[in-house]
Amino acid sequence: MTSTTDQVAGLDDLAATTLLRFATAGSVDDGKSTLVGRLLHDSKSVLTDQLEAVEAVSAQRGQDTPDLALLTDGLRAEREQGITIDVAYRYFATARRRFILADTPGHVQYTRNMVTGASTADLAVVLVDARNGVIEQTRRHAAVAALLRVPHVVLAVNKMDLVGYEEAAFAKIAEEFTAYASDLGVPEITAIPISALAGDNVVEPSAHMDWYGGPTVLEHLETVPVSHDLTACPARFPVQYVIRPQTAEHPDYRGYAGQIASGVLRVGEAVTVLPSGRTSVIEGIDALGESVDIAWAPQSVTVRLRDDIDISRGDLIAPSASAPATTQDVEATVCHVADQPLAVGARVLLKHTTRTVKAIVKAIPSRLTLDDLSQHPEPGQLVANDIGRVVVRTAEPLALDSYADSRRTGSFLLIDPADGTTLAAGMAGEAFAAHADGAGAVAADDEGWDF
Amino acid sequence: MTTVAHLHEGTDAPYALSHLDALESEAVHIFREVAGEFEKPVILFSGGKDSIVMLHLALKAFAPAPVPFTLLHVDTGHNFPEVLEYRDRTVEKHGLRLHVASVQEYIDAGKLRERPDGTRNPLQTVPLTEAIQKLRFDAVFGGGRRDEEKARAKERVFSLRDEFSQWDPRRQRPELWQLYNGRHAPGEHVRVFPLSNWTELDVWQYIAREGIELPQIYFAHEREVFKRNGMWLTAGEWGGPKEDETPEKRLIRYRTVGDMSCTGAVDSDATTLDAVITEIAASRLTERGATRADDKMSEAAMEDRKREGYF
Repeated sequence: MTSTTDQVAGLDDLAATTLLRFATAGSVDDGKSTLVGRLLHDSKSVLTDQLEAVEAVSAQRGQDTPDLALLTDGLRAEREQGITIDVAYRYFATARRRFILADTPGHVQYTRNMVTGASTADLAVVLVDARNGVIEQTRRHAAVAALLRVPHVVLAVNKMDLVGYEEAAFAKIAEEFTAYASDLGVPEITAIPISALAGDNVVEPSAHMDWYGGPTVLEHLETVPVSHDLTACPARFPVQYVIRPQTAEHPDYRGYAGQIASGVLRVGEAVTVLPSGRTSVIEGIDALGESVDIAWAPQSVTVRLRDDIDISRGDLIAPSASAPATTQDVEATVCHVADQPLAVGARVLLKHTTRTVKAIVKAIPSRLTLDDLSQHPEPGQLVANDIGRVVVRTAEPLALDSYADSRRTGSFLLIDPADGTTLAAGMAGEAFAAHADGAGAVAADDEGWDF
Repeated sequence: MTTVAHLHEGTDAPYALSHLDALESEAVHIFREVAGEFEKPVILFSGGKDSIVMLHLALKAFAPAPVPFTLLHVDTGHNFPEVLEYRDRTVEKHGLRLHVASVQEYIDAGKLRERPDGTRNPLQTVPLTEAIQKLRFDAVFGGGRRDEEKARAKERVFSLRDEFSQWDPRRQRPELWQLYNGRHAPGEHVRVFPLSNWTELDVWQYIAREGIELPQIYFAHEREVFKRNGMWLTAGEWGGPKEDETPEKRLIRYRTVGDMSCTGAVDSDATTLDAVITEIAASRLTERGATRADDKMSEAAMEDRKREGYF
């Protein structure tokens, strides 16, 4: 059992908080900058010199109030054009949690950026304007969150002050969104009525909405679970590096270094190494200087096996009882992230966990429009910010899970072998969570999209 | 040292990691990715706290084997002697190999010219780039953190640089999941930032948790300093104080450690790690805002230096 270590006195509260990665989606018009600004400001994460710098630049430009977008628009081009070009990462903490916020821009390269931000997020905040309700953009945000399998989605119904703080207005939007997002397979949706400008239900509970008894945005961020029941998912351990000191002190040490991608590893467990299929038993787990009997995702550890078998970077160690099948034929949904298009017949590199193999794009059965989930069969190619289905043949077998089962071992990149450009982000298997009965699909009757 | 975060019952039981464990695991994963994919990586090591934490993580990532990387320090010629002493002692202790690129040698050889303001920070870029080219490093670990500065907030974990070390923020590869793309052409290299997601406070908490030794100038001590551009600079041979600047003895510590000509001290009586952490948690200034003259040159000072190939 991993020990609970005594902390240096006085540091307990600060050092033993958990980490939540979340992404925000929405445009400036929805009040996203105001919401982010308020979260940072009210959690005292914007410091005096940063605020002074923002105030000075805002004043220089003749603006009356500090433009909080300047806090995150880090590049000269962004400030000059007044637009956010790229995902900005912000860091803040409360007494309960540390947060990593991926703030994704609303307009330029929208899909690419939101997919990037959502790929590592445990939670996504989707903002809507209470006056406009669920619009095309809202559906697009819900679709990206569903596609990327973000476990928790918060619908922040903003500008409640402009609809008289009326429960009916909120309830209608919350209901419509929840129905839509659940249909796409989003497992958990929390709707919160807020006014980012007035501060209602962002950090402090609102004095204007007695009818709402739920958490504020920050309270929800602080309490939402960041781990799920790992015992329910099969363990996956991609080998990054083989540690062989060959020193007088450790003449025979041979350990496989990696980060547990999912599930729990235990000493004594029978394991299979993929793609070779060789089997052994976990003899020891070294958790960064401490020998342990059990370790879980996302710990970085070094695993020692009972038998001396041929294992190198790119191999996957998994419990024999739940080892994945290997395949050279990958069907997946991809988000195309490069400026150059991806066409049928393209020769690419596919990077999956720690393994990079040659691959060829055999088919692009369809392209998906996120706004209405309509499909366009046989587009021939995908261009920047397109989302589509691809069929890829790899030169070597991959131990690939369905993205629905494991975000870490079901995802991959397609890379241009000529110049190293990251072309596309891939998610193996079906695009959206299937309904239990296979019916009730959102809009699909087309082949290639099995909802 | 794994800590089960069990403070908030009902929230994250039973398989959660504390935020320090999560950040540590992420950084170790990054080190191992580089070891697995690159031919000749190097760690930029200045003896500052971020590079010290990087080295500590690298040692843990490959134990019980030695770190499979060498170290590179760009010595401005105006580095704190206490820090250089720490650097050499650390290299010795872990049996590492250190390369030093010397700004002073470039100046003496007439290849670089001293700036009128005496600041040597921007002068580090050329020696750094030439060392990378000459020694053929293909991956260069830097201790930069996204929370430090707004241009750094846009930096990738794996950041591709051309043969001139230039950074083009508008042509960065999107970075998804934990899949880092380190493909590069001969002559290009990748800057790698394992501490991207760490904050200043995380770094200090981690130092305290792991019991990592730091150069003494990070803790409160009496020092002769003088005021320039609103910052307390240390008096010394590097060029201060000038005639109109008066040195005085103050109780200070350093919040960042860089070139003496542009690294300011802060008034502090924090002599222990606990006291430093308490001080930082309460501070209303960012670490660069409080201590770095080079970032005050303009709104885009860091972006410009980074484009040129700076750390």
